[in-house]
Amino acid sequence: MLTRRTLGLSTAAFVLASGLAGSALAQQKTTIEFWHGLPQPLGGQLEQIVQDFNASQDKVQVNPSFKGSYPETMQAAIAAFRAGNAPHIVQMFEVGTATMMAAGPAIKPVYQLMAETGAGLDPAAYIPAVRGYYSSRDGKMMALPFNSSTSIMFYNKDAFQKAGLDPEKAPATWPEMIEAMKKLKASGVSCAFTTSWPTWIQLEQLGSLHDTPFASKSNGFGGLDAELKINAPLFVKHLDTLVQLQKDGLFKYGGRDNKADALFPSGECAIAHASSGLRSRISKEAKFNWGAAPLPYWPEFAKDGPKNGIIGGAAFWVMTSPKRTPAEYKAVSEFFSYLARPQVDAKWHMDTGYVPVTLQGFQQAQASGFYDKNPGADVPAKQLTRTPTTENSMGLRLGNLPEIRNIIQEEMEKAFQGEQTARQALDNSVKRGNTVLRNFERANKG
Amino acid sequence: MQRRVLFDNKLLPYLLLAPQVAVTLVFFIWPAAQAVWQSVHLQDAFGLRSEFVWFENFERILTDPNYLDTLRITVVFSVAVTVLSMGTALLLAVLADSKIKGAGAYKTLLIWPYALAPAVAAVLWMFIFNPDIGLLGRGLNAMGIPWDYRLNGGQALTMVVLAASWKQVSYNFIFFLAGLQAIPRSVIEAASIDGAGPARRFWTITFPLLSPTTFFLLVVDLVYAFCETFGTIHALTHGGPGKATETLIFRVYLDGVVNNDLGGSSAQSVILMVIVIALTAIQFRFVERKVHYA
Repeated sequence: MLTRRTLGLSTAAFVLASGLAGSALAQQKTTIEFWHGLPQPLGGQLEQIVQDFNASQDKVQVNPSFKGSYPETMQAAIAAFRAGNAPHIVQMFEVGTATMMAAGPAIKPVYQLMAETGAGLDPAAYIPAVRGYYSSRDGKMMALPFNSSTSIMFYNKDAFQKAGLDPEKAPATWPEMIEAMKKLKASGVSCAFTTSWPTWIQLEQLGSLHDTPFASKSNGFGGLDAELKINAPLFVKHLDTLVQLQKDGLFKYGGRDNKADALFPSGECAIAHASSGLRSRISKEAKFNWGAAPLPYWPEFAKDGPKNGIIGGAAFWVMTSPKRTPAEYKAVSEFFSYLARPQVDAKWHMDTGYVPVTLQGFQQAQASGFYDKNPGADVPAKQLTRTPTTENSMGLRLGNLPEIRNIIQEEMEKAFQGEQTARQALDNSVKRGNTVLRNFERANKG
Repeated sequence: MQRRVLFDNKLLPYLLLAPQVAVTLVFFIWPAAQAVWQSVHLQDAFGLRSEFVWFENFERILTDPNYLDTLRITVVFSVAVTVLSMGTALLLAVLADSKIKGAGAYKTLLIWPYALAPAVAAVLWMFIFNPDIGLLGRGLNAMGIPWDYRLNGGQALTMVVLAASWKQVSYNFIFFLAGLQAIPRSVIEAASIDGAGPARRFWTITFPLLSPTTFFLLVVDLVYAFCETFGTIHALTHGGPGKATETLIFRVYLDGVVNNDLGGSSAQSVILMVIVIALTAIQFRFVERKVHYA
């Protein structure tokens, strides 16, 4: 029988074993366990930053370990906490934010950590869309933002040329998108358009760009009693369009989460909506000219033009444990202060395609001439900062959002299979998603 | 009157039993008891708050139309896997048991797939069936047969049934082969002399004499299909598209490990345990009567 306890036990045994091995090496130093969920090559780049920090001083030793995908890292951290062996720091994807915030005594908010250790952290240094996602209702930073991404559009300039489209001008609106897709198909492209992260990009980002609520209570920021609002006209119209485009052979559904990532660099699909983090892979693999542009919008639903996008990616959370010492918290805060430096932020951004999370980091990347050498690399940061955030574009704060995402993906797939209409898919998503929200509310009240 | 073994030492039998009892307690009884305890509680992910809710978790699961769909898919999946893997294994065993050249090599090759981890096997299947990178998947699409298991539920179910059955054929094959070799040649030869053809010999002599093996494999295969096909489904389809390949065991994993709903997941695993125990009991009560132990 599969139970959490058995998972927890084995994790605990593993932590114990690795902890014993590490302690012999670093007797004088404070050792910090840091669990992350980035596969190669990103994981290696992250661990390099950790090594740089370890080499920069002689009091703290941070041990990074890869724990699998984001959801797996979350599970490992929760199981370890239940076994009394939580790591000091865990990297948590953005949709786990509400779950972590509701965890109460399991986490130590970053603002509190920095105040206690006297390290200090200036929330104003961060890009508003990033700061908002990880702040409590009264504006206090709960986690340390690190690898934030946003979703943008990549397009194949060679295919655009061949289809008689202007390769320097990406479609800005959905009607223009559809025209471009038709021309691409007519020129012999087998897949005009695909999307990674169907829920994040085609629904969560869509709501943010059009200043339309994804859920009530300011997308959940206002309380645990939020309800989904994704059967509103904007979402129905959008999903209906996608279903129709798929029927006409213009849009190709490439699977859940990031499964569709491979379709663009391979040259199969001419336009892709994907995470800005895909940039480094496209640079390496694509054998054609390509460009990056902001996501298109529906003019009829955005009278004043599109708003800022929301972030994806992950942040670092500090976890508690019965045996933590003040010295360990102090060590964590020193590591965090290092990560918050603009030069670390700018380097990470330029190496990986994640967005700069601090305003100074963005400026440093600009000053270094990075965007002149890599046209389009500033699209994600520009899309994130182009307007002040509204209550609909600050992000999502919904309990068990990973489960809700899966529900929406299931319902979308049924619509793409022709088993139900777009309207039905979204109505069902709202109904099933609200059940999840109510259960979360009940399990986390009081 | 049964022969009884007498121990002088009253303690020794208990001591000899102790390791087995300890293993059962720690790895079966304790986790099962935990599951029952959690199935009547509502907990947050971190285990900080816990509330006793009687049978609400069960009520929630059993009134969920998606759960009943999952149950239906599990039945279709399990029956298909059992029939397909046993049928194929029996056919191969009969062929390998006949007098052919290189029978030893065939036997060895047929046993190989059993040594493969489910996740590895699933990756191999993906290289065959994936519409973008798979050999067969690309071939089908090139021939104008639209194949995409990421969007077509029927195709996805067919694929996981094939992958899960293939994995079990080796196991069934070993048992069927051993069963066939245990059948006395003299009986079959006698039938031949009486003029019975190969088909008649198989159905009237070989198949009935194989029934203990067949019954054993039926129980094992059903339990396999219900509980051990998780790895295959996880690696190939993740239960999708929609919920087309989501079986009961996969949903236990989804709700417990991915969705942090420990109460609901435990309730499901208790239900699953009851189903498997009931199935096994029914088989021993009714099917075993038809079994002919030599």
